[in-house]
Amino acid sequence: MSKLHVSTNVNGDDVEFLCDPRETLLDCLRDKLNLTGAKEGCGTGDCGACSVTFDGRLVCSCLMLGVEAEGKQIETVEGIADGDVLHPLQKKFIEYAALQCGVCTPGILVAAKSLLEKNPNPTEEEARYWLAGNLCRCTGYDKIIRAVMDTAAELREAS
Amino acid sequence: MALDDRKSEFTFVGTRPDRPDGLDKVTGRAKFGADAYAPGMLHGAVLRSPHAHARIVKIDTSKAEAHKDVKAVVTRADFSDRVPFHPGLEGEFWNVLENVMAGEKALYDGHAVAAVAATSALAARDALKLIEVEYEVLPHVTDVDKAMAPDAPVIREGAADYSVPEGMHPNVVRYHESGRGDVEAGFAEADLVIEDSFVTEAAHQGYIEPHACLATLGNDGKGELWCCTQGHWLVQKTCAALLGMETSQLRVTASEIGGGFGGKTTVFIEPVALALSRKVNRPVKIVMTRSEVFRATGPTSSASMDVKIGMKKDGTITAAKGIFRLQGGAFPGAPGDMTAMCAFAPYDLTNVKQIGYDVMANRPKQAAYRAPGAPMGAFAVESVIDELCNKLGLDPIDVRLKNAAKEGTKASYGPRYDRIGLVETLEAAKAHPHYAAPLEPGQGRGVSCGFWFNHGGETSVSLALSMDGSAQLMVGTPDIGGSRASMALMAAEVLGIPYENIRATVADTATLGYNDVSHGSRVTYASGLATIKAAQHAVEQLCERAAAKWGIPTDAVKWEDGCAVPSGPNAGDFDPRPLADITAEMGRTGGPISGHFEATPEGAGVSFGTHIVDAEVDPETGKTSIIRYTVIQDAGKAIHPTYVEGQYQGGAVQGIGWALNEEYVYGEDGRLQNSIFLDYRIPVASDLPMIDTVIVEVPNPGHPFGVRGVGETGIVPPLAAIANAVSNAAGVRMRQLPMSPPRILAALKENG
Repeated sequence: MSKLHVSTNVNGDDVEFLCDPRETLLDCLRDKLNLTGAKEGCGTGDCGACSVTFDGRLVCSCLMLGVEAEGKQIETVEGIADGDVLHPLQKKFIEYAALQCGVCTPGILVAAKSLLEKNPNPTEEEARYWLAGNLCRCTGYDKIIRAVMDTAAELREAS
Repeated sequence: MALDDRKSEFTFVGTRPDRPDGLDKVTGRAKFGADAYAPGMLHGAVLRSPHAHARIVKIDTSKAEAHKDVKAVVTRADFSDRVPFHPGLEGEFWNVLENVMAGEKALYDGHAVAAVAATSALAARDALKLIEVEYEVLPHVTDVDKAMAPDAPVIREGAADYSVPEGMHPNVVRYHESGRGDVEAGFAEADLVIEDSFVTEAAHQGYIEPHACLATLGNDGKGELWCCTQGHWLVQKTCAALLGMETSQLRVTASEIGGGFGGKTTVFIEPVALALSRKVNRPVKIVMTRSEVFRATGPTSSASMDVKIGMKKDGTITAAKGIFRLQGGAFPGAPGDMTAMCAFAPYDLTNVKQIGYDVMANRPKQAAYRAPGAPMGAFAVESVIDELCNKLGLDPIDVRLKNAAKEGTKASYGPRYDRIGLVETLEAAKAHPHYAAPLEPGQGRGVSCGFWFNHGGETSVSLALSMDGSAQLMVGTPDIGGSRASMALMAAEVLGIPYENIRATVADTATLGYNDVSHGSRVTYASGLATIKAAQHAVEQLCERAAAKWGIPTDAVKWEDGCAVPSGPNAGDFDPRPLADITAEMGRTGGPISGHFEATPEGAGVSFGTHIVDAEVDPETGKTSIIRYTVIQDAGKAIHPTYVEGQYQGGAVQGIGWALNEEYVYGEDGRLQNSIFLDYRIPVASDLPMIDTVIVEVPNPGHPFGVRGVGETGIVPPLAAIANAVSNAAGVRMRQLPMSPPRILAALKENG
């Protein structure tokens, strides 16, 4: 199958790649653009390890095709920090040990950032339901939820 | 362990610094198994049997081989038992090979039968369709009780070992019996005897990262392998054996590992990728799909169990007997012996008997899952104890305290306990506000104890000091829960330099001596002990250098707060020499200073925990909600308490999943029905409350700082604790896991 040319924007950078029309956005981010932060945990949209935002919308990149990225704005875990300044969520995840193996962390950070942008003052229940699409097998979610809630509080204070 | 190594006052140990791999993991730059690429790399894919049990009549790979995108195809003929210069494999290596690539028969749905390497991942998947396999489908069995029945199809003749009594079905491959006293006499002394049967389904470890590797093996016989594994030396020796090459010619590097929980303590795709690479002389990457992970790796054993316990009115257990049948897939290895030995281990019993069976069936080869075998036995035993407490009107914690094992108790499985912390966990549970909190209507509370042996294992650690006074620490146990932070804390404690000045790295197989797998809750214990010893080895040399400079005997120098100091007023009057002063001139005072330690530590120290859980059952839907959960466990000494809490919380939540939702569902055709996360549902954030933790610290005499492993025990109590809570909430005893809504509804209906 011949490949298609895709022009898109990832984390603020204009990028281009050639892809097979069957390749997922996740495959293209990882294998064409070397952005291996997003992970494939299931390939069926159930684990959220591949979470990215697509024109601002939180999606599973394993359920989208690379060709759909044409002309869009994609944000991945690699774009969360501002240069060498970590996003408050990233700092809190380290501080709270809200990760053990860390393979779900990129997806959870992208999803949590998306939550706080939409709802700066989530209840614990709202945070738990928003993150219900992101599986973590190590932590039991306790420290993740605490890190997200504390980040939300800190961001509210700062604003 | 020499007594003078003991330490109970700490500067760094017990603090909660940031982990060294934190930044990499929150920015996406940590490299996991699937994140490696190599020049000229091909992509591999594995063809798997759609049948639960079938003779492989013929495999025709010619069409695949002829395809322009395909560079290599392998079948069993490409592994070492078929390669003439390396005669057949034996024992577990043979079993692993048979699992990695089927021989004469496909033994379960998902069993690998062939593999290809092609120019892209898509091309490799497409090429699998070009391989033609002719199967003769055979009768199959997936249930443990049915696999032991006289008419069950035989998975493999001659697989049983000497332990199996005569007259058992050939699918029973190992037998364990132990105990002491006279259980029948004990039951006669009891005021109440309860005998009941229990069933648990297989659960998968459910690590979020599928198995992945990148293999390079040239025709010079030298190999490189990158993979996600809990033990790269085991991968090295297993792959070398399966490929008929020298162990030392294969260098294995462990990637960051995206969860393992026991499931990454063996090999699956790694030898296949190496075989493909050898055939085409190019690097080959293989990444499993989630469905492959479910169908062909890891799950734990399923179990069928009978437990009988006698109790006096005052709560004294007079006798206990358990029969535990564990199904471990189409290979020997189900930990029926572990289940039997752990089941009654929390209790001081005069009369006890335990029997364990290892049974084969047409399912994937079971792999270790966090305290392998123990959770099932605890489910059965602690359920019966709960029922006895209910019937006799006794408090479940008081009864457990009355029968609890202590220092000096002869364990149900044989040895006498050294210092242990079960009583302390029970007392902490009783005193915890959770235990006294009122319950709402429809809610029930459950408690359970749990035990795990813990393990030492072969361990090597090296520590090298740099001129500027910083230290690099090389450990060989892949970091599955923050162990690099714990190791650096222990090294900091001995060296007396800040945690931040120590860089802990998981070394590859070419740069450190042999290390056993990260399993058995052994890492903080064994690699920690070796780290302490390696650091002490370096300190000895630092003291020697200071002594030489001062012109006094080495034994007149001691190490204090990161400095060499005279050991007393008689040693002389010298200013303390900080570590960095000594390392700055080490090149001209005798050369580089490094410490190392190699041993198989034997004092792991057994581990106990007690869990309290409140559950609410919806009688309309049968859905169970976990309302409150408290984990209390003895850590010996918590090196990094936050990561200890993380182990407790993670173990408890995996137990919640196993208790309420997770199960392998096989169809009549022997095919796995739920091989994606949508259908095999692990707990998600909205299913759960916060998981409270209490770290009890009863020092382990076998570790210089008192450490006991904490990784596994946390999954032992939850199945029973939750079953007890649910049974108390629903008013009906739940004897089968998972307690999914349909099972609870059926139980409620049966109960009227």
